[in-house]
Amino acid sequence: MEGAEMEEARVEDREHDHNNTQEDAQIEESEQKNKDAEVAPALVSVHPTQNSVAVAVGSDLRVFNLLDNCAVNLVDESGGASHNDSIRCIKYGTNGKLFVSAGDDKLFKVWSTDCWRCISTVVSEKRLSAVAISNDGLHVCFADKFGVVWVVDLAGFDGSEASLDKKAAPLLSHYCSIITSLEFSLDGRFIVSADRDSKIRVTVFPSKPLDGAHEIQSFCLGHTEFVSCLAFISSPDSPQGILVSGGGDSTVRLWDIISGSLLDTCEVGAKVGQVESDATEGNCSIITGICTILDCTLIAVAIQSLRGIMLLACNLPSRTLSVTKLVSIIGENFVPTSLGSSISGGLLWMVTGASKFRGPDISPCSRVKGISGFNKNSPDSSEQEPVVLADTELPGGVKLLEKLQGSMLIDEKVFLVAADAVKTAMCNLLNKKQYSDEKREFRKRTRNDKKKKQ
Amino acid sequence: MCLRHSMLAKFKLTLAILVDIILEFYLKREKIMLQNKANPTINKSTGLPRKRFYRARAHSNPLSDSHFPVPLSPNHVEYSLHYPQLFPLADRTDTCKKIGFADIGCGFGGLLISLSILFPETLMIGMELRDKVTEYVKERILGLRVANPGQYQNVSVVRTNSMKYIPNYFEKGQLLKMFFLFPDPHFKEKNHRRRVISPHLLDEYAYVLQVGGIIYTITDVEELGEWMKSCLQNHPMFEPLSVAELEADPVVKLLSTATEEGQKVARNGGQTFQAVYRRITPAS
Repeated sequence: MEGAEMEEARVEDREHDHNNTQEDAQIEESEQKNKDAEVAPALVSVHPTQNSVAVAVGSDLRVFNLLDNCAVNLVDESGGASHNDSIRCIKYGTNGKLFVSAGDDKLFKVWSTDCWRCISTVVSEKRLSAVAISNDGLHVCFADKFGVVWVVDLAGFDGSEASLDKKAAPLLSHYCSIITSLEFSLDGRFIVSADRDSKIRVTVFPSKPLDGAHEIQSFCLGHTEFVSCLAFISSPDSPQGILVSGGGDSTVRLWDIISGSLLDTCEVGAKVGQVESDATEGNCSIITGICTILDCTLIAVAIQSLRGIMLLACNLPSRTLSVTKLVSIIGENFVPTSLGSSISGGLLWMVTGASKFRGPDISPCSRVKGISGFNKNSPDSSEQEPVVLADTELPGGVKLLEKLQGSMLIDEKVFLVAADAVKTAMCNLLNKKQYSDEKREFRKRTRNDKKKKQ
Repeated sequence: MCLRHSMLAKFKLTLAILVDIILEFYLKREKIMLQNKANPTINKSTGLPRKRFYRARAHSNPLSDSHFPVPLSPNHVEYSLHYPQLFPLADRTDTCKKIGFADIGCGFGGLLISLSILFPETLMIGMELRDKVTEYVKERILGLRVANPGQYQNVSVVRTNSMKYIPNYFEKGQLLKMFFLFPDPHFKEKNHRRRVISPHLLDEYAYVLQVGGIIYTITDVEELGEWMKSCLQNHPMFEPLSVAELEADPVVKLLSTATEEGQKVARNGGQTFQAVYRRITPAS
């Protein structure tokens, strides 16, 4: 009798354990996912006339002055490292005088590019995911992960003040959706915001932005997954420019922002699949970066898992997109996490790297490379091919690389791990969680109307 | 002896009558139950759904990413699914009629049913987040269409999160009227951001409403009524309707009488607070 009872108790224990481990496993899974989502990709941004190049890796902001050919020391009166946690977005203003950086430490910093001093720090309640500077340099905007876009007015800044104490006012909001990208139109009349729910909102930027931007011009709807990046192409017919967007659905799309209509779609993911047959997990050809080069005649696209970039051309009269070339980076495991270029220059800057890894605690490092030799007139001509520059051929050369990368000797394997970590992070952050019916019911188990009656 | 006999007889008679009544009652119930076994959720005589089978919690989380399908753009809204008699073919040209009224958080559909008769030429749709309630409204509309041929063809319901996806359903300046009747008050200050009327969401409602279009709000919670009124008052693209205009609008009376929630408030002798505003071009 006792033996049987003991057996029963043991069986019950095992069942109990099994339940526990199932819940534990799920909690562990979500914790791991949260940690994974915290890995931030390395970012690069280039001064509009290539006076300097900035790279952000983790919480480190590194700038190299190309005019004076020297590394820049950032001056921040608030003391300590400029940012306390991963930087998620950096950008130069089109007039070249301002630079902004923001990230997971909920700080938004405005820098003057003359003396590289932080002229303003704004504290936000939520982590920040996108930034933009108005073309006239009078306003700067940042967006948080809850969907609100804030604006700060910089009127009265003439570069000589120590620092401005500025408060941000809410400008507009995408209800409960992470804003992935923020851009001003080329004529400054509109501000475009893209979110995780596949929406792109074009809002009229008012004369008094601190009162809010209430007039929506249009919605550009068409992406089937989150929108990851935005850029503008100049066009003689439209002063506001033509909008280019890249998304999690592996497409690059052209939009007319006045009407919100979709002009053309380019199935970039499919084209990559044709060329590179080592397709990884099926659908992860997310567009991770877009950059216009050569006075907006060409568009460079960075795609997850692609060791190189895809070049697209926009045919202006017909307003269509076409793939011109795939530039591969051979001899090195380099998957760009961010792209940047000056406005008229013919050099595309790329960076790869990540803030932290699941492995041993390595200090964040990045790898910077450049591609030049773009020919806007006849992209298919065999005379001039875009070529990946060697380290010494980059402007700034070894000195720049030492500053921006953190070191010259980097183990290549590190970057493969980095690229993978960034990929997982982006998927976890932006892809909507799909639950099976059983899992959904399991998650609702604590609800009063879902509990099974005894 | 005789007295006892007659009393006994009376007693037996009463008993027999009682038993008869009870038996009849049970037999009738059996009959009804047999009828209902076929489709218990629908009332056999009216063909309309019975609310008791569609009970749902009053709250649904507007922040969660639910798994219902969302149209890619207003051109992808399936008119032939919602209004089969009016749109028999799947493709729709640009000149076709578009949805004019939207009831946000339509609940059990009371307002829509009344509006459908009052405005037979206008297409209208209800948006509701709770799926059981949406099912109820669907059944209700189908039942009404069958019972009244030719009527109720202009009204439909869709399950969606209107706080996130309104631009997916309606084009710029498409709607003539928008209704927000007895929305969830979200009393706690930290939950105020979940309120369906807020300064930011009004931007989107102003986008889908045409200039001159009207937004109707009503609630029985005074604080929420004040909140909604002040959001609308402070928004540059809305102006209040004058008292004369409110008197002249037949829809205004429906706000407190047509919905189940409104009728409940009236039954309990509660007060309602309404705010009716018109969409205007902002003064630049």
